[in-house]
Amino acid sequence: MLVIHCPYCGPRPEPEFAHGGQAHIARPQDPTTTTEDDLLQFLYLRENPRGLFRERWRHARGCGRFFNAIRDTTTDFFVTTYKVGERPELPGGAA
Amino acid sequence: MSNLTLTRRSPHIEARSWLEPVQAMLRLSFRGGPEAIAAASTSFGVALPTTACRAASHGARSALWVGPDEYLLLAPESDDISVRTALTASLAGIAHSIVDISHRQAAFLLKGPHAEWLLGSGCPLDLDLAAFPVGMCTRTVYMKSEIYLWRTAADVFHIETWRSFTPYVVDHLVDAARECAA
Repeated sequence: MLVIHCPYCGPRPEPEFAHGGQAHIARPQDPTTTTEDDLLQFLYLRENPRGLFRERWRHARGCGRFFNAIRDTTTDFFVTTYKVGERPELPGGAA
Repeated sequence: MSNLTLTRRSPHIEARSWLEPVQAMLRLSFRGGPEAIAAASTSFGVALPTTACRAASHGARSALWVGPDEYLLLAPESDDISVRTALTASLAGIAHSIVDISHRQAAFLLKGPHAEWLLGSGCPLDLDLAAFPVGMCTRTVYMKSEIYLWRTAADVFHIETWRSFTPYVVDHLVDAARECAA
């Protein structure tokens, strides 16, 4: 079973977690200068990389908190997990 | 309506050598920041643990860490009014939330030498004493049901389930117990 490190609770089994899609998606701040393309980007367009991917997870059946993770989509390996608001750099310099 | 008194009833759980129903009690879901946690610790009489996944008790009252700003407060039913009054008074003016979930959940104790094994039949956590020591508590899953798990002694687990899920959880445990029946 996949073990995911919750930043609050530590290593926990996968069934306690819920996947939350791509991380670090910010809503356009100023509606007056927001274009349709900005909204399109915000609402619908998501990355689907082969390799490292920053995504949101929620410890739904544990502490209930959202956090972010960097996961390799080809191996399912979690490089790291971190709290919302943080953004650790990757050794390889990936985004 | 002013004389209305609420009687809390837990769903019927048949006692077994390894399973002991817990009487109805007052359960409060408490949420708040550091200031609210400090105030609640004083008025509730139990220092709310700030370490993740730990529970603290004083007398018959307990506080279970559920999330970074979320606690499950347990107290005898007879303390209902005094607990609410004290908490409300001490938390005046401080952002917090207290929700009475006494009726939402039912509790039982899973105990005996097979307790860990029985729980392991449907709970994916590492329940070894080294990984899940006495005093540790957490929300987790048993089979497909969410449970609150709290190890009160080396071979005793306090388990809280949503009341309508209780038969589901207990029946699966009974099923697992058949395998180690002796």
